[in-house]
Amino acid sequence: MDTIGLLSALPINELVFFINKVVIAGLIIGSIYALGAVGMTLAWGILRFANFAHGDLMTLGAFIAFMLTMAMPGLGAYVGLPTAFVVLPIAMAVTALVTILIDKTFYVPVRKTNPKPITLVIASFGVMLMLQGLIRLFFGTAPRQMYVGSKDIYRIPFAGRDIVITEPQVLLIVFTVVAIVALHLFLTRSRTGKAMRAMSDNADLARISGIGTAHVVRVTWIIAGSLAAAGGTLLAMDVSLKPDLSFNLLLPIVAAIIVGGIGQPYGAIVGGLIVGFTETVAVFNWAILLRPLKPHMPDWLELPANLTFVPTEYKIVVPFVILVAVLIWRPNGIFKGKVL
Amino acid sequence: MTTLIEVKNVSKRFGQVLAVDNCSLKVEQGTITGLIGPNGAGKTTMFNMVAGAFAPTSGTIWLNGKNVTGMPAHELFECGLSRTFQIAQEFSSLTALENLMAVTGSRSEESLFDACFRRAKVVRDELAVRRKAEEILRILRLTHVRNECAGNLSGGQKKLLELGRVMMADPNVVLLDEVAAGVNRTLLNDLASVVESLNRDKGLTFFVIEHDMDLIARLCDPVIVMAAGTVMVQGPMAEIRKNPEVIEAYFGGGTAMGRAS
Repeated sequence: MDTIGLLSALPINELVFFINKVVIAGLIIGSIYALGAVGMTLAWGILRFANFAHGDLMTLGAFIAFMLTMAMPGLGAYVGLPTAFVVLPIAMAVTALVTILIDKTFYVPVRKTNPKPITLVIASFGVMLMLQGLIRLFFGTAPRQMYVGSKDIYRIPFAGRDIVITEPQVLLIVFTVVAIVALHLFLTRSRTGKAMRAMSDNADLARISGIGTAHVVRVTWIIAGSLAAAGGTLLAMDVSLKPDLSFNLLLPIVAAIIVGGIGQPYGAIVGGLIVGFTETVAVFNWAILLRPLKPHMPDWLELPANLTFVPTEYKIVVPFVILVAVLIWRPNGIFKGKVL
Repeated sequence: MTTLIEVKNVSKRFGQVLAVDNCSLKVEQGTITGLIGPNGAGKTTMFNMVAGAFAPTSGTIWLNGKNVTGMPAHELFECGLSRTFQIAQEFSSLTALENLMAVTGSRSEESLFDACFRRAKVVRDELAVRRKAEEILRILRLTHVRNECAGNLSGGQKKLLELGRVMMADPNVVLLDEVAAGVNRTLLNDLASVVESLNRDKGLTFFVIEHDMDLIARLCDPVIVMAAGTVMVQGPMAEIRKNPEVIEAYFGGGTAMGRAS
């Protein structure tokens, strides 16, 4: 290896390993959390309840994309992108429609009775269980592949080693960045976006100031549903598609929302990345990074083979810890959200 | 002169307390009508019924010849009645300019279809709304804080902003709930001159509930005095001040009315 200067002094193997296992992995899972959390936090801020069915909207969106992919598997080859990604806009639109229908059928009748927020949360639990049941009924429980062919794997040479990233991961990161920028422009530039933020700030005032609340609610569900579908599909493309795909995402997503402050879309993005990176850092094997220091260590000090903060099987604990810590020290979240 | 708001034989009972007792009053178009009275006179109850916060126990309320008894506030808004609050309400995380731009009424709602296929129309509408909001900020002398989050404004500036939000909707009548409360003298002067010019130049009607007698004397004609749940007298401030009944009801006699002014 004939690298020069500072790089040659660095433990390249370990550095690249760190980039692959922590930076890229954290970015991937953080983006998924962010996509899920943004939609859920918007709906939470505007409708004042945590829609626990949000995770299963992600799964539903992924299954809709899966069906479309099976229906026209060759479509992607024309564009040079995976088929599931090409049909994603359709899956997003269908999921948005389903989300609005769920609202009309289940949440609107409850909202009309002027309920406590917890009543709506429990209604959303019902919707969540129903969606899970329906998805299992129609698709079974076996994991499925979203990819028609094989996944492209990109190896970026970095000082003699390769940083490895797959095609769905690149698409996920690019999509998340584009979605966040588009959402930002929508919220700050368009009048509906301003009305949404206004309603999230002070719903009563928005109502009596003539802001069309029904219109705002509809747009909120469209954004929440379509981002959920995108997050679910992109996750299923990266790993595989299972009916319990996003039920496991619900807790980290709720943690991300609370970290960022309820009702704060930018907070949800930051929160999603924080939770994602904390998870990967927590299960990362630090022994590997310490190995280059071995020659400089005294003989009596033995490096353990496995040195992680949290064993991988307890990964789900990490969002809990973040949640508890935030609720103790910053109950409003870092972006000062609502106290509900 | 047409009557904009007419309250006919309205009563409001809270449990055993009869807060408003068979009360009638009128707000004529183009006036700044004041509503005053000692504490517990029922003026806030009356005001809240007109604003649609709750329905009267009996009697009817008419707005522009239409029976609006018990109509909720957001529907009254569509009928051209806007209100401000004693403790100013704002969309705290939006900037002052956005606070105004968010409130354009459902009549000019953006549609998904327009957003996708008629960009030119959307951009044109947006520009018109922005220009209107900027103009209102200029009138209110809030241009220097247009990009400041509304939550960071001072109490007085928030009250001005409330007035601005009301102006965005081009209402027929505005209910002002204690504009002077917690506002310093300089800002109060600004507020009063804005109300005066809106009334004079645009013919906007105001219905004002207020404790600050100077402000009432400067702005309002006629002034309605409520006491013990009923309307006691109605007339220009100069006459009200001399009315012995009013002085008796307000301060239990003496020269207190003189001191208040």
